[in-house]
Amino acid sequence: MDVKYYLRERFFPHMWCAGCGHGIVLNALVRAVDGLGIKKRDMVMVSGIGCSSRISGYVDFHSLHTLHGRALAFATGVKLSKPSLNVIVPMGDGDALAIGGNHFIHAARRNINITALVMNNRTYGMTGGQFSPLSGVGTKATTAPYSNIDREFDTVELATGAGATFVARTTVYHVKQLQSLLKKAISHNGFSVLEVLSQCPTYFGRKNRKGSAVDMLNSFKDGTVPVGSKKKQDNPELIERGVFVDKILPEYCEAYAELVERATAK
Amino acid sequence: MAKKKKLKRHVINREWCKGCGICVAVCPKNVLELDSKEKAVAARKKDCIACQLCEQICPDLAIEVMVKYVEESASGDK
Amino acid sequence: MSKKITFVQGNEACALGAMYAGLDFYAGYPITPSTEIAETLAVMLPAAGKKFIQMEDEISSMCAIIGASLTGNKVMTATSGPGFSLKQEALGYAVMAEIPCVVVNVQRGGPSTGNPTHVSQGDVNQARWGTHGDHSIVALSASNHQDVFKMTVEAFNIAETYRTPVILLFDEVIGHMREKLIVPEEGEIPLVARLRTSLKEGVNYHPYLPREDGRLPMSDFGDVHRFNVTGLYHDMWGFPTDKPELVQELLRHLIDKIENNVHKMTFYKSYFLEDASTILISYGSAARSALSVVKQRRNRGESIGLLELNTIWPFPAELVRECTQHADLVAVVEMNVGQLTQSVKLAVGTQKRVHLINRLDGQMIIDKDIKRILRILQGRGI
Repeated sequence: MDVKYYLRERFFPHMWCAGCGHGIVLNALVRAVDGLGIKKRDMVMVSGIGCSSRISGYVDFHSLHTLHGRALAFATGVKLSKPSLNVIVPMGDGDALAIGGNHFIHAARRNINITALVMNNRTYGMTGGQFSPLSGVGTKATTAPYSNIDREFDTVELATGAGATFVARTTVYHVKQLQSLLKKAISHNGFSVLEVLSQCPTYFGRKNRKGSAVDMLNSFKDGTVPVGSKKKQDNPELIERGVFVDKILPEYCEAYAELVERATAK
Repeated sequence: MAKKKKLKRHVINREWCKGCGICVAVCPKNVLELDSKEKAVAARKKDCIACQLCEQICPDLAIEVMVKYVEESASGDK
Repeated sequence: MSKKITFVQGNEACALGAMYAGLDFYAGYPITPSTEIAETLAVMLPAAGKKFIQMEDEISSMCAIIGASLTGNKVMTATSGPGFSLKQEALGYAVMAEIPCVVVNVQRGGPSTGNPTHVSQGDVNQARWGTHGDHSIVALSASNHQDVFKMTVEAFNIAETYRTPVILLFDEVIGHMREKLIVPEEGEIPLVARLRTSLKEGVNYHPYLPREDGRLPMSDFGDVHRFNVTGLYHDMWGFPTDKPELVQELLRHLIDKIENNVHKMTFYKSYFLEDASTILISYGSAARSALSVVKQRRNRGESIGLLELNTIWPFPAELVRECTQHADLVAVVEMNVGQLTQSVKLAVGTQKRVHLINRLDGQMIIDKDIKRILRILQGRGI
């Protein structure tokens, strides 16, 4: 397919480092949108701040590059005011779950039809490699020189607990699954969360001796298993990939339309 | 009759390629390599099975694998 | 909407004004003493088929209205003290990205939680400089419900005309007090509709290129033109740039579009200024007491007048200079440590002393307070 149809070519080559997983997410995203046949004018990308947030500037959709952590709040305004739009919110792990954690759980609770992409590279890349709420105990970061004592969130469990009606996880190594889950997440009528493990060879990789981008990709291959796999029982360290939640509950904009009917009924 | 995907050519955008080597590593047939300028090149085109994995995993969106579909039986290739 | 006489709180008058102005989308979070604005709109907006959402906090409320403005809607949020502090970052975003929106701050005692149910005018300079970075801002005020209604409508008009956030600086007394409001008939106060680009699909649209008159036609998200909106310095397409000449041009534009049009957005009321040797300057609920003093003193033959400012920012310095040039005594009546007094001093110049008549204890400044200080200023003792 011609990915360039969906790109703002004049900003390429993009600003991400060589081997950054975020480019793979962008690659899969345009293929998913193409596969779904959604018109560019019906797509809105709302992002926050950080390496992840730059993805919105590269796609030829309506793009809203906002404040650190607040993308879902802006997106809620966009979606509720014009429910016909497809709203995708790419966020980094710090963006989504540290500074934006409150908006994340409340958007999930409302079940508003927005696709939240958590591009999890376990670090704050844009500011130079500080630990994030997804770095985990024992990792090294510029702000965790003696190794991190902060426990990490499990994005899937958090999103599930907060009430997201579609929750999935994959990695940038598994590009076919990534494309397929993106399509499912975007098509889902309700709040969908897709966590994508993405490598940051520049900071997380270097600080934690994870090797090259290729080495990090291979660790996604070796360190993850499909949901429900027996291997997980033998080795709890393995991270599950796939769909964890997929259910239909009243969607917020539709519930609002019903509320308007009640309010206007005389 | 089933159609088979076959390679037409690799289009590699050297301006966009940052030479991370991911395509080289994931290619199941070892078709790609980095040249002296650290840019991806299709060094062994004849081995390409047109799986397009490199195209889909390239973080720089720098690779396009142009393919054609041919009748399976009409082809003498392996 | 026909002319209707109501007896309402100031907060309700604000909500009614917003509906009159064509409010499409409100997002807010409960906070005293502004909550009645949300409560009133929670009833009225759905009944008009429009959008009301209670968000998880003040920050997200501000963000949500910006998002909703971009799809082509007239939007508003309302808050008080601590909530206004929380909104500052996103307020700056609206300045930078030139998003029309209205932000109501019903002022209460501060800093911090201060006193939620008591009055203050302590956020005047926060309204001006609360968000970081060089910028300009519009803030309007009112001392009675008729003006609360009118200024709310004008806030929407200015927001749409100049693609800017507009702050409505009310206060607890105005917000909670009940008085008569005559709701104007449709058309009585002109409304400014959003200026949208007439460019067709395929024609290069520049969302951030001002026309000759300084206005920037918009295109709604979901419409044919796709562009970028960012809080970073940006070019005329909305894409990030750090080119010094473009950054300079952008910041000058953001400031000049407000500062060069001060006269067009200055609303004020003057009472007995023509021959006044003593001039009071005030705004908000404090101006009610100031007006009461002026009327009482006029009845006794004193040459005293009042300039009530409905536009606080951009500060109407020229107006203040002209009005005060023949006065012997200028005093600013406000419920803070002299936040607007500083601007009045700059406008009046050094040849005249400008005095502050204030109250800081959470109680409304009343005529007696003003008269007591005025007597001292006039050399008459208490």
